[in-house]
Amino acid sequence: MKKIAALMLALVLAIAAIGCSAPADQNQDNTPANDNKEPYRVAMVTDTGGINDQSFNASAWAGLQRAQEELGCEVKYFESKTDADYAPNLETAVDEGYDLILCIGFLMADTLKEVAANYPDQTFAIVDNSSVGDNVIGVNFATEQCSYLVGVAAATMTQTNNVGFVIGMVSPVMNTFGYGFYAGVRDTNPDCQIQCYNANSFGDAAGGKAATINMYTNGADVVYHAAGATGLGVIEAGKEQGKLVIGVDQDQSSLAPEAVLTSAVKRVDNGVFALCKDGVEGTLKPGSDVNYDITSGAVDVAPTDTLMSDECKAAVAAAKEKILSGEIKVPATTEAFDAAYGSDYYTLDD
Amino acid sequence: MDQLLKTLGIVLNATLMYTPPLLFAALGSCCSEKSGVINIGIEGMMTIGAFTGAAVGYFSGDPWLAFLCAGLAGMVFALIHGFACITCKADQTISGTAINFLASGIAVYVCRLLFAGNTETHPVPNKLPRIFNGLFEWCNANLGGKWGEAFAKNGFLDNVFNTYASAYIAFILVLVIWFIFYKTRFGLRLRAVGEHPQAADTLGVNVSLVRYICVALSGFLAGLGGASITLATVSVYRPSIVIGQGFIAIAAVIFGKFKPQGAMLGCILFGFCNGLKVVVGSSGSIPVNIISMIPYVVTIIALILFVGKAHVPAANGKPYIKSK
Repeated sequence: MKKIAALMLALVLAIAAIGCSAPADQNQDNTPANDNKEPYRVAMVTDTGGINDQSFNASAWAGLQRAQEELGCEVKYFESKTDADYAPNLETAVDEGYDLILCIGFLMADTLKEVAANYPDQTFAIVDNSSVGDNVIGVNFATEQCSYLVGVAAATMTQTNNVGFVIGMVSPVMNTFGYGFYAGVRDTNPDCQIQCYNANSFGDAAGGKAATINMYTNGADVVYHAAGATGLGVIEAGKEQGKLVIGVDQDQSSLAPEAVLTSAVKRVDNGVFALCKDGVEGTLKPGSDVNYDITSGAVDVAPTDTLMSDECKAAVAAAKEKILSGEIKVPATTEAFDAAYGSDYYTLDD
Repeated sequence: MDQLLKTLGIVLNATLMYTPPLLFAALGSCCSEKSGVINIGIEGMMTIGAFTGAAVGYFSGDPWLAFLCAGLAGMVFALIHGFACITCKADQTISGTAINFLASGIAVYVCRLLFAGNTETHPVPNKLPRIFNGLFEWCNANLGGKWGEAFAKNGFLDNVFNTYASAYIAFILVLVIWFIFYKTRFGLRLRAVGEHPQAADTLGVNVSLVRYICVALSGFLAGLGGASITLATVSVYRPSIVIGQGFIAIAAVIFGKFKPQGAMLGCILFGFCNGLKVVVGSSGSIPVNIISMIPYVVTIIALILFVGKAHVPAANGKPYIKSK
C-alpha cells in the first residue's frame, strides 16, 4: 500500500515538474519568407505591462513588425507576466540567438545589468534607460522636442498669458520635459508666465487636480503635465473647469476630448524601428546611448488638433520645421538650458 | 484678506478631495477592528472598488449604480477575508495581505479583459453629482451684488461646499457608524465580540455572525472609498490610483483610537496637510522633499503630543475558538 502511495506521489511530482518547465509565456514566431540572406534577428522582452498594453510594449511590438515588413528582420517577443519573468525570458532569448535583444522599459534595467554581464558577446538594448553594460545600448527619446512643440501650442492658445506645468518627479530625464516646454513657451510668447508644481509622485491624482485648480484660479488657462497618474487629476481639473490641458506620452485626447488641447507623444514604435534600421545597417554602438528624436518620428505632437486654432496649428508646424532643419536646438540639459534662457527661468531643477 | 480666503478655499478644496476615500476606508477598518478582526486588506478592497466603480460607471453610465457595485465588490473580497479569518481561523494579517495582492491582480486582469488589453479604463460618462451645484449656479446668477459673488465659481464657498456627493456621504456615514456602535444593541454586541468573545458567546451572541457582518461592512465601505476616487476625484481607473491610501486609512483608525469620530479627525488632518502641501508646493519657496513630508511629520507630532495611548479592542487579531 505504502509503495503504491509513494509511486503515486512520485508520479504527481513528475507531472508537476513537467508542468513547471513548460514555457509560462506565449511566444510568437514570425519568420519572413525570403531566405536568400541571413535576416537580422531581433527579440523583445516586454515588461509586466504585457504585449497588449496599448502603450509602450504594444507600440514597441508594432515597431518591430514594421521592421519585419520593411527591413526583412526576423522578430519575436517574450512576454513577462511578473518581474520574476525578466531573467528567464532574457536567458531564453539569449539561447535562441538573436542579433539584438530589446528590453522594454526602465523596470528591466537591474535584471538586464546582471544578465548582460553574463553574456558579453550578446548585444542588448533597453528602452527609456541609459546603457547598463558594455554590450547594452540605451535607447532614449528626445522628449524635450515634443515638449517644446506643446509649449509653442500652449503659448499661442493662452488668452491670459499664463500657463502651468505639473511634473511627477524631478530627475535629469524628467527635466527634459520641463526644459522643452519652458523653451517653447518663451520662444513663442516672451511675456507668458509659467506656474509650476512638482507633485513628487506619479500616483497623486488628487494632488495633481488640486494643484491644477490652483493654477487656473491664479490665472493660467493651459496646463501641461508630465506626471503619470498624477496627470489624470490634471486632465480632470481641465475638464471640470472648462480650461485646457496638454497630455503626455500618448494621445490623451480620449480622456477628455473637450479639454485636451494636444499631447506630447513618444512614438516608441518609430524609435524601435529606427533602432532596427541602425542594426541592419550595422551602425549600433553597444555600451553607449542613442537618442531618437523628431527626425525619425520618435517624438511628435498628437494627431488630434480639433481644439487648436489655425494660428496655433501653423505655429506648431513652423516650430516642427525649424527643429527638423536644425534651426532650433531644444536644450536637454541644465547647462544648455541655463546658457540659452538663464538659470532663474526653470527652477524645478535646483 | 481676499487672497488669503481664496488660498484657504483651495486648501480646503484639496482637503475634501483627499479625505473622503480615506474616510470611507477608515470607517470600514473601524467596523472590522472593533469586532476583533484585523483587516490589512482594506487597500485591496479599495482597489477593487475603484476599478469596479470605473468599469460599471463606464458601461452603465449610472454613477450611483457604479458606486453601489463598487461597495459590493469590496464586500465580496471582505467575505473571502472573513471566511479565512472567522471560519478557518487563519492568521488575519496574512489573509489581509493576500487580499491586497489578489485584489490588485484581479482588477488588472479584468480590466484587460473588458478594455481590450488596456490596464486603464475609459473615462466614465457621468461622475457622482455635485449635489449643490445647481443651488450655487442659481445663487450666483440671481442674487447679484456681493451675495451673488460669494457663490461664484472657484470662490471660497464654491471650493469648500460645492463638492461631490461622495464627500457628504462620507461625513454622514461617520454619524451613522457612531450611532450604530454606541446607541444600538447590535453596536453593543459588536463591541463585546471585539473585547471578550467568550463572554459574549456565553450570553448568547453569535460571535461568528457578528464578525462576518462587520467584516462585510468594512469591505463595502472600503469599496465605496475606492470608487469615490474613480467616480469623483478623477473619472478613470489606473492601477497606481489607490497606492497606499488603504494603509493610511488604517493608520487614521489607530490615530483615532478605534472610534469613528477619531478616525474622521485623523483623515481630515491628513487630507488638510496634503492640501497644504499642494498650495505650499505651488509657491515654490520650500524644497519639495520637505513639503512632501508635511502630512507624515504632522501625523507623528499629533500622535506624540495629543493622542496618547489607544485602547485596542482586547480580542483584536485573535480568532475565536469556542473550546479554548
